[in-house]
Amino acid sequence: MELNEFIANFANQFDDTDASEITASTAFHDLDEWSSLTGMGVIAMAKTVYGKTITGAEIRSCDTVENLFNLISNK
Amino acid sequence: MAEVFNPFSLQGKTILVTGASAGIGKAIAIACARMGARVVVTARNEARLEATLAEMPGDNLAVKADLTVAADIDALVAALPTLDGVVQCAGVGSRVPCKMISAADIAEVMQPNFQAPVLLQTALLQARKINKEASIVFIASRAANAPSKGNAVYSASKGAILSYAKCLALELAPRLIRVNCICPAMVWTNLIFEGGLTEEDLHTEEQKYPLKRYGKPEDVANLCIYLLSDASTWMTGSAIDLTGGAREL
Repeated sequence: MELNEFIANFANQFDDTDASEITASTAFHDLDEWSSLTGMGVIAMAKTVYGKTITGAEIRSCDTVENLFNLISNK
Repeated sequence: MAEVFNPFSLQGKTILVTGASAGIGKAIAIACARMGARVVVTARNEARLEATLAEMPGDNLAVKADLTVAADIDALVAALPTLDGVVQCAGVGSRVPCKMISAADIAEVMQPNFQAPVLLQTALLQARKINKEASIVFIASRAANAPSKGNAVYSASKGAILSYAKCLALELAPRLIRVNCICPAMVWTNLIFEGGLTEEDLHTEEQKYPLKRYGKPEDVANLCIYLLSDASTWMTGSAIDLTGGAREL
């Protein structure tokens, strides 16, 4: 699992947020477009792209995109 | 002393309950046995199935089966006595946003929630395992008509089984076999934790229900008893909402 590829996959969950706004240090909960639906999309992405199961509570415990990357890659 | 009036007795009836190892199916199996029925329980997990059986009074039977596997359906049907009631409860939950739905997501939900109960029903009818005047109950969901985010595939699977059941009701009516669906809103089972929701989130959400709580498996089991009993001999082709007053999930 590679960080830059993960950031691109994560950025893909957003429709109105430019990919350039999303970096490893982005506090994604603060993004205007972040919602429970985006969270479900991230859970689905973790499963289909990486074969990992994560929960909403785990996503909430992450601050940055890199935290999320670490969560999924450590599963 | 006069006998207590009880139109809901299941005494003398033989009833098959699928998905009986957990959640709503388990509660239904136990309730049916307590109401006097002889119950055949089936599910994929043998240990949990035996645990259900241990909680049921009377002479009951457990048959392990994965209903998405044709050979398992055949083996189950061959092992069954003729039935006065069938409760098709086996099913899975799923929460995936529409933007992310894959062919695998659809198969994972439609196979257990739609294809398996339909093919089990076909097998039961072909093997003539359903007695005249029997009652068939499908556990559908309010999700079929109450949209919620991420629930598209699950809602569609329940909508599919609702439509199927209404046609089945027409076809079986000449033999006075009744077919009805129960559409519960949120019920406390493992299924509602799909999609990353936590127990804390759900306890907050259940306060939005007019009766201030989600359902218990026993709430669904009690309605199921009514539908399996002779108290409901004029009811077929119906889908009953059971929601704690909620209009939305």
